[in-house]
Amino acid sequence: MSAPALALEGISCTFVDKANPGQRYTAVNEVSLVVAEGEFVSVVGPTGCGKSTLLNVAAGLLEPSSGQVRVFGAPLEGLNRRAGYMFQAESLMPWRTALGNVMAGLEFRGSADARAVAEDWLRRVGLGAFGDRYPHQLSGGMRKRTALAQTLALDPDIILMDEPFSALDVQTRQLMENEVLALWQNKRKAVLFITHDLDEAIAMSDRVIVLSAGPASHPIGEFTVDLARPRDVAEVKTSPRFVELHAAIWAVLRDEVLKGYAQQLEKAL
Amino acid sequence: MSWRPNPKNLRVWQVGLLAALFVFWHVMTKPGLLPPFMFDNDRQAAFFFGEPLKVASRIWNWFVVEADIYRHLAVTLIETLLAFGVGSVLGLGAGLWLALSPMASAILEPYIKALNSMPRIILAPIFAVWFGLGIASKVALGVTLVFFIVFFNVYQGVKEVSPVVLANARMLGASPRQLLRHVYLPSATSWVFSSLHTSVGLAFVGAVVGEYLGSSQGVGYLILQAEGTFDINTVMAGILVLTAFALVLDAAVGRIERRLMKWQPRAGETEKL
Repeated sequence: MSAPALALEGISCTFVDKANPGQRYTAVNEVSLVVAEGEFVSVVGPTGCGKSTLLNVAAGLLEPSSGQVRVFGAPLEGLNRRAGYMFQAESLMPWRTALGNVMAGLEFRGSADARAVAEDWLRRVGLGAFGDRYPHQLSGGMRKRTALAQTLALDPDIILMDEPFSALDVQTRQLMENEVLALWQNKRKAVLFITHDLDEAIAMSDRVIVLSAGPASHPIGEFTVDLARPRDVAEVKTSPRFVELHAAIWAVLRDEVLKGYAQQLEKAL
Repeated sequence: MSWRPNPKNLRVWQVGLLAALFVFWHVMTKPGLLPPFMFDNDRQAAFFFGEPLKVASRIWNWFVVEADIYRHLAVTLIETLLAFGVGSVLGLGAGLWLALSPMASAILEPYIKALNSMPRIILAPIFAVWFGLGIASKVALGVTLVFFIVFFNVYQGVKEVSPVVLANARMLGASPRQLLRHVYLPSATSWVFSSLHTSVGLAFVGAVVGEYLGSSQGVGYLILQAEGTFDINTVMAGILVLTAFALVLDAAVGRIERRLMKWQPRAGETEKL
């Protein structure tokens, strides 16, 4: 078997408070997980459990305190050049048009047919007619689609997604989820998808990993989602197997969510 | 149509107010029109405040009869534009450099604070000695005024680049040079343009004050000359011309700003889809 697309091996991240070096916070502790080539893996966990930290480590934006990241078998140094990253927050450059934003990565790499590729991707995400709009002239959903096109236009081997649809309304979200699934179905890239929404995680992934509540969160459960593909995220939620999986994962997740919630209350007091 | 002020007759009221001010000025200063109540004789009001009709004829002379003000206006305009251009480029460069190099910024911080809090108009005599009485000394004065406005804005602009946009650009494969060109620079220039009105205004102040302190041409020079002979009407005329000129300049800046800042959302804009 060939090396997995992405492997996190014993990753721990401890943050030190700059103003007060005695204050340490361990976000994630001894996390190991593997995403095979062409596999769609979701990570779920209560808020503040260090999901985004893991993704930043996988992207090479953050160096772990200990542990190692392997990309197709090779240890990762610096930025992960084979990965595309879709951020949770607004990440488009506001001074570039939608087309300009999709072109950006291709331009940085000196691609000769940047414009043609970018136009093609904009069409694929349904924004062919909106290339000349600036981000502030687009709705939230359209901005997310632009960001999706921006990431996918580079044809990365690994796609990292950090709650990409959490800011969208339910309807737009379902449309986007289906779009992403359809695009993924064609290309079969390795995807590491972070979410706090269990429905979304099960509906989209091959495998769901549950993280414990922070601090020092670590995987506490792993479930293989054996639902048939291609899926429709709305339809799949009514299948008996989905309900079964949901119940099984929720049983593990619920205690952690309550723990995380209790901790946040404590902090607030 | 109602005569009460409303959005429709706004212009009428604005022009009316201006006319009323000039009439008031005329009535208060015209010798012999009102019995003197502030001054000893009825010529003194005109001596101190000028007479609007004479001011107007002075302006008419400048622009139409003798047509000799254009040369001076051109000089003042060139000084303003040069001061703005040079000051902006220097401010942009220094702002980018210091914002991206924390060590340099830490070392230079007290000096920048000192230079900024210094009343820089006081440098005008030194510039006159260094650069002579020509255009260069006025440009230098304007540059010192513009530089800090642009510098602080750019510095702020670079510091406030969204970390997500930055991380995204890096993930898209931008090299450090591309980051500077495609992320820091556009973000910083947006701050430069947001301070455009202030910096063009200050460049203008630098030019006029520089001329006023010693020169051989420019509108500030005309005012200086007139003041030397107590020709208050010409001084007033010069002030009016400068004011109108500043308004035109500001309108031009506003137009340029709207063109360049197309990507920025404006309040009340509802063109979403």
